[in-house]
Amino acid sequence: MLDDFLIRAALAGLGVALAAAPLGCFVVWRRMAYFGDATAHASILGVALALGFSMSIFAGALTVALIMATTVSTLTGRGYAMDTLLGVMAHSALAFGLVAVSLLTNVRIDLMAYLFGDILAVAKIDLLIIWGGAALVLTLLVWRWQALLTTTISTDLAYASGIDPKREQLVLTLALALVVAVAIKVVGVLLIAAMLIIPAAAARPLSATPERMAAIASLIAAAAALGGLQISFTLDTPTGPTIVCVAATLFALSSLISAVVRPAQRS
Amino acid sequence: MPEMCCVTLIETHNLDIRHGANTVLTGVNLALERGEIVTIVGPNGSGKSTLLRALIGAIKPARGSIKQLPGLRIGYVPQKLHIDPTLPMTVRRFLGLPGRHADTDLHTALEQAGLPDLQDRQMADLSGGQFQRVLLARALIEKPDLLILDEATQGLDQPGSAAFYRRIEEVRSELHCAVLMVSHELHVVMSASDRVICLNGHICCEGKPDVVASAPEYRAIFGSGTQGALALYRHDHDHHHDHECDHDHSHEAAQ
Repeated sequence: MLDDFLIRAALAGLGVALAAAPLGCFVVWRRMAYFGDATAHASILGVALALGFSMSIFAGALTVALIMATTVSTLTGRGYAMDTLLGVMAHSALAFGLVAVSLLTNVRIDLMAYLFGDILAVAKIDLLIIWGGAALVLTLLVWRWQALLTTTISTDLAYASGIDPKREQLVLTLALALVVAVAIKVVGVLLIAAMLIIPAAAARPLSATPERMAAIASLIAAAAALGGLQISFTLDTPTGPTIVCVAATLFALSSLISAVVRPAQRS
Repeated sequence: MPEMCCVTLIETHNLDIRHGANTVLTGVNLALERGEIVTIVGPNGSGKSTLLRALIGAIKPARGSIKQLPGLRIGYVPQKLHIDPTLPMTVRRFLGLPGRHADTDLHTALEQAGLPDLQDRQMADLSGGQFQRVLLARALIEKPDLLILDEATQGLDQPGSAAFYRRIEEVRSELHCAVLMVSHELHVVMSASDRVICLNGHICCEGKPDVVASAPEYRAIFGSGTQGALALYRHDHDHHHDHECDHDHSHEAAQ
């Protein structure tokens, strides 16, 4: 079954969708959208380094994403605003990454595959990494769920309950780096943030509790991954961007539904 | 934990707290005992909230130590809480953070906080007073040994905040916990507290409400204008937290 490239692509898309959507809810709740974007952009430098030292792309991207995310978390509040710092670090890392890739004369690589993903080229080993990474992210989130939610609402409430908000921030940073590293192959560096934010944003109007929002976001992300794959196969469009387009359409639909239903509920 | 009077729950020793280069608090020695209601008063920027945040562990002291009874459960009601509108949150779910509880416990906590059963309401749809009471309910649900309130009645009108403080006194007798609070509403505070601490970068004076109210350090900060209000709202505080007290506090409030 796994010998069919379409099945492999579908499984890869589902794996990324199921890890990215619940984590994306935290990204939305904590207003970390730009943080996710920056971590993803920086990972292209990891890709370049991995190619240069012939390491696994996953390990390279994960390492740089992790360094990027922890550096920003640590430096924030020391004289620069978060978005300034992210702007400096993310775009420098992206630029250095692009330059580094061009210097690698002995390897001919298709940069587009890393910028926009190449889901149809997912191999069995990639599937293993994607599902392994996704399982790790979901385990982290389920394990720390209550503490993460408390910290998200207020760090003081967390402290009073004996939770260390810094540790919970680290959990999210680690999960974010993992999602970035496994998603490169599927949607590419430039569109990872979309898989984090759009399903969560689309789920918001349909949800009354955080858990429900995470579950609905996962459904929307899975539908976008499978739908996008189907459409890109039919229309011969690039798969990563097509998946994001489907997610965006679902977001528009959910906004429309809430605009129609909400006033009716009030009356 | 032995249920008796005079158990020191939390104690600070020579506490200094700095924000960057600014020293906010110096040499704070403070001890809280089970069953007492202690109020911190002081002008803006005197370090009241900072002291509370140090006690819950959110700020590391620059010097000195904080000792607490092992396993001490703290219920904290912050000055204000902003829940991001992107985060859907029912009252039921909010009360279950970080520890989940049975529906009956949630019901009891809401009742203790003086609220009807509005578990299925969104936090965003609550009125200011209801929101504060839900925060109180959340702090009560773990049956805290120490309840810490940071200007919990901000945004409540006069009857609302008077009712809120009466609730706190009832909660103290029900849970037999200590209460430490910060407030600006001097007359209400003075009538509801066993002990008042006047803070201004350091502890200026402390003691029973009437003692503090007549202390020169207190007068220097708040003037003597509050005396009139005090006399009106004072009630008998001769009971020595015997906790079976039948609450015959003689409120001489003007209404």
